[in-house]
Amino acid sequence: MGKLFAVVLTIIALVSAYPIVVHKYVQPVDISTHGHAIDEQLSDTMAEAGFAFLGAQLLLAFFVWKFSNRKDGSKVTHLPGGAKLMVATAFILVGTEVLALGVLGQKAWADVYFTAPKPDAMQVQVQAGQFAFYFRYPGADGKFAPLHPDKIDEGNGNYFGLDPANDVEARDDIVTAELAIPINREIHLLMHAKDVGHSFYVRELRIQQDFVPGLDLSLHFTATKTGKYEIVCTQLCGLGHYNMKAYLNVLAQEDFDKWLKEKASEQ
Amino acid sequence: MRMKQVYIAGLGVLAASAIAVYAAPSGGTISGKVTYQGTPAKAKPIDMSKEPSCAKQHATPVTTETVVTGPNNSLENVVVYVSAGAPDESAPSEAVKFDQKGCQYIPHVLAFQVNQTLEIANDDQTSHNIHPLPRINREWNKSQPPGTPPMTDKYDKPEFIPVKCNIHPWMHGNFAVMKNSHYAVTQGEGSFTLPNLPPGKYTITAWHESYGDQTQEVTISGSETKSVNFVFKAKPY
Repeated sequence: MGKLFAVVLTIIALVSAYPIVVHKYVQPVDISTHGHAIDEQLSDTMAEAGFAFLGAQLLLAFFVWKFSNRKDGSKVTHLPGGAKLMVATAFILVGTEVLALGVLGQKAWADVYFTAPKPDAMQVQVQAGQFAFYFRYPGADGKFAPLHPDKIDEGNGNYFGLDPANDVEARDDIVTAELAIPINREIHLLMHAKDVGHSFYVRELRIQQDFVPGLDLSLHFTATKTGKYEIVCTQLCGLGHYNMKAYLNVLAQEDFDKWLKEKASEQ
Repeated sequence: MRMKQVYIAGLGVLAASAIAVYAAPSGGTISGKVTYQGTPAKAKPIDMSKEPSCAKQHATPVTTETVVTGPNNSLENVVVYVSAGAPDESAPSEAVKFDQKGCQYIPHVLAFQVNQTLEIANDDQTSHNIHPLPRINREWNKSQPPGTPPMTDKYDKPEFIPVKCNIHPWMHGNFAVMKNSHYAVTQGEGSFTLPNLPPGKYTITAWHESYGDQTQEVTISGSETKSVNFVFKAKPY
């Protein structure tokens, strides 16, 4: 019975590892300049955790096999050094693993989140509100007009709370429901939460960042492939959370210029 | 023979009274046009890409409806009603219908009477959330998944109530809860007619969701038709 258990353990461990080893679950296409570092880090983490998992399971199966069916009256023996040495060894092994992942991973993470965008990055404001994303481009003057929450009038298309009657800067601001960006240009996304916590996630960009009401958070990235990708909210934000999405549209520079001009005329 | 004469005479009296009852409501009429002066805000196209089942129902994008204008400066979606001078009336038995189709409210402004049955239907492939925002009536907020039967409700106090959908922020409409049956909502030409007004002095109010309201005093005598026009001042922002 003990030997059968050892065999089952081995089979479970190997079958679980198989789809990972043969890369059965492929990552979605990466369209960002930094995404490869995130992907490499993810596969390093998977390899390290996978080896630890397989090693532990196979060792367990080996001991179950070797020490099953012991004769009555035989004594249990321990490795030399007793429990203290075992705990210390486990602590050092796991600690090294976690530390190594942290040190290596810190770079992949920090390159996206802890560095400043280049000064010439294109600024776009994104507002997350129950239950839609809206985007704002500063227009010809290059300035974002101040927001007045009391002016929000969604039935009239004023999702941000602009006051064009009194703020001259607001008159050329371009508000859209789609995030169109030019290819190979760094984008500096200024994140604004209108009501509760939300999250900005584009899997192809390998970017995920929460919106926190009251905090001015930002993101920067450069997209390298044209196409339309889904932006979803990944922070449960209320009744319509499942429906909270928008599209990222990466365009060639001339197509983007055309798009922005068209949107400006609709304001 | 005598029986027959009585019978005919009786029928005659009945017919006369029926005509009298039928003719009673046909009093005076107030009619006119609602127009604007100045430059109204531009209607903006609505991007429904987050809801493909709605976006594909519109060959060209629909536009915002807070200010809808027609030919010759006419103003649509203005509720013109008798705000004073007419007695309060009990609600008619038929229900009024408010539809959600293509992620829009149809009609944009729905006028009905106090305690009249309001029937709200979802004709879309997606869930909607109807959230009227009254100040004096009771507030509620209900979800309506696709395929569910229409929901009904009533309002017991006269009020103008903005309506929004919590799932689709661009969806916006209005309920106008009226205390009598003398009301009209202007359509394409901006014109309105308030018929069957008994002789008397009335206050006529025209209400627009962005431009506020205006009133005029009108005195009706007999079965005359009086013309009343309203001009709202439009603002570009």
